[in-house]
Amino acid sequence: MIRLERRPQPSRLWTGLTPILAVVLTMIVGGIMFAALGKPPLEAIRTIFWDPLFHPQFAGYSRPQLLVKAGPLILIAIGLSIGFRAGIWNIGAEGQYIMGAVTGAAVGLAFYPSDSVLLFPLMVVAGALGGWLWGMIPAVLKTKFGTNEILVSLMLVYVAENILASASSGWLRNPEGQGFPGSRNFKQWPAVFNDELVANTGMHWGVLVAFIAVIGAYVLMARHIQGFNVRLTGEAPRAARFSGVNPARIVFLCLGISGALAGMAGLFEVTGPAGQISIDFGSGYGFTAIIVAFLGRLNPFGILAAGLLMALTYIGGELAQLMLGLPGASIQLFQGMLLFFLLATDVFTNYRVRFAHKEVA
Amino acid sequence: MDPVLLVVSIMVSATPILLAAIGELVAEKAGVLNLGVEGMMITGAVMGFAIAVTTGSPTLGFLGAAVASAVLSLSFGILTQYLLSNQVATGLGLTLVGLGLSALIGSNYEGQRAPSLPKLDIPLLGDIPVAGRMLFSHDFVVYLSLVLVVAVWAFLKFTRAGLILRAVGEDHESAHALGYKVVRVRMAAIAFGGACAGLGGAYVSLVRVPQWTEGMTAGAGWIALAIVVFASWRPLGVLIGAYLFGGVTVIQLNLQAAGTTVPVELLSMSPYLITIIVLVIISARGSHGAPGSLGRPFHAAS
Repeated sequence: MIRLERRPQPSRLWTGLTPILAVVLTMIVGGIMFAALGKPPLEAIRTIFWDPLFHPQFAGYSRPQLLVKAGPLILIAIGLSIGFRAGIWNIGAEGQYIMGAVTGAAVGLAFYPSDSVLLFPLMVVAGALGGWLWGMIPAVLKTKFGTNEILVSLMLVYVAENILASASSGWLRNPEGQGFPGSRNFKQWPAVFNDELVANTGMHWGVLVAFIAVIGAYVLMARHIQGFNVRLTGEAPRAARFSGVNPARIVFLCLGISGALAGMAGLFEVTGPAGQISIDFGSGYGFTAIIVAFLGRLNPFGILAAGLLMALTYIGGELAQLMLGLPGASIQLFQGMLLFFLLATDVFTNYRVRFAHKEVA
Repeated sequence: MDPVLLVVSIMVSATPILLAAIGELVAEKAGVLNLGVEGMMITGAVMGFAIAVTTGSPTLGFLGAAVASAVLSLSFGILTQYLLSNQVATGLGLTLVGLGLSALIGSNYEGQRAPSLPKLDIPLLGDIPVAGRMLFSHDFVVYLSLVLVVAVWAFLKFTRAGLILRAVGEDHESAHALGYKVVRVRMAAIAFGGACAGLGGAYVSLVRVPQWTEGMTAGAGWIALAIVVFASWRPLGVLIGAYLFGGVTVIQLNLQAAGTTVPVELLSMSPYLITIIVLVIISARGSHGAPGSLGRPFHAAS
């Protein structure tokens, strides 16, 4: 009979091993799924994980995409991970991401066609503020009324999507766009275009900020008293209260940071790779970032690696769609499975598996 | 507008949420917080649609949807109950898996039409002038959802099994000490919740729309979760919550169609805004009735 025995402390070995195990399991089950769809499984796996980086023909295009896609994922996931550590479940990052983009773009467009160098930084601040405000709504409701932040933050995604729709077809619409929905294109406005910092690397300001956020989050969580308080709140809420940690402050801190980072990610995306506010701007980064945060073990450097891996599956998925005719949705399922297998294998981190004969009572 | 049509459309729009919420209520009463309702609903929607289109029978579609979503929910059950994973994270994972899975299965069925579900005209009652058409000439799923509410209420209140389920949800340590199989009870509750969510999802794709489009449940599963909180974990409260929500949805859709001066986007976001406001009001009163062990993992030490 198999029995689980709680470890006194989570196993360090398994903490690092489970993400790798989850990736391998996802590849195996994903391969079976591809085979069931009538696609060559090994080729599909290779197209997703190998070709975007090393294919002689496509890698030149797809390699820079890695950072373009990983940037927002990492930035959002870093913010989410701080909250998840404290047991504060912000799952509405998608809404904060959209609101950051809309707010930042609106502030920028108010000054069109200024070419001041101060405008882009101002927009970044506005984007962060927009996301922060959107994150503050569940924070205020949770601390004042005890409302569940999971449901409120998620509902606000749908609200944000409607605001995005109204912005793109109404108050932010390009006045010179012949009535087509969508704002002015930031790519044609050099003063605020979030271009690649180094050509053909995909490295734009958002990616740089994501890297800074990784380091910042590491310092906060490992070296700063507030980070300690966050972890304490998550692991032992009662002990945290006794030691004088104000739970409301932790809620504001966590939702504020994750909102602001998601908002910034939205702003960098709209002024860079996306180019404009349009109805389909919300691309699900806010939800995929949840997977990234868990896959990275809520650890900043883990999230960096997980963000790159998840970006790889995005690009590889597109490539597989193109070359093998794999349905676009299968990659979404692939990413979901990754989270599922990670959670399943996580049992080894916290428990020892014992094979024992049934004891006599 | 015609009051008969209004009531009928409110019932149609409330039924999927009612089904999903009553299933989630049972799971939560057993102490399981399954945030994967949206994923199970959308899986039910696509499976129900696919089966109904293939076999030509909507009834089989509903059945298949319930089974498929129950099976999917058991993956959540195995993870949270046997492998002791975090319920919040696993529920989110279930939603993401469900959305991906449904999009994959559904891509072949886009643009097709589902066979329509016959309306059951209840004899005598259905002949009452206005109320007859309003209340007694729906399809069987509407009645099923109402019967389920009553059945769940009676099950939890009057049966021994219902008492055990509530005991497991209130205090799993004590229930375990009394010899009840906590994990088995919870697995059954999770599967019931999955089956109900699947029926709700199939109702969206087979009756309410009736077509398959990706992501068509549009947050209905999350609203079902909110309605369980709104109802303070009482079956009758779930009924009221779902119909209130159905009413708001129908009224805003009618206002959109009527072309009022209110912006369309504001109307479309109103159901979600109202859900938030209702949640705030409920939680400001203090959350009464949340099961004591809700969301906590259970690991029998011996």
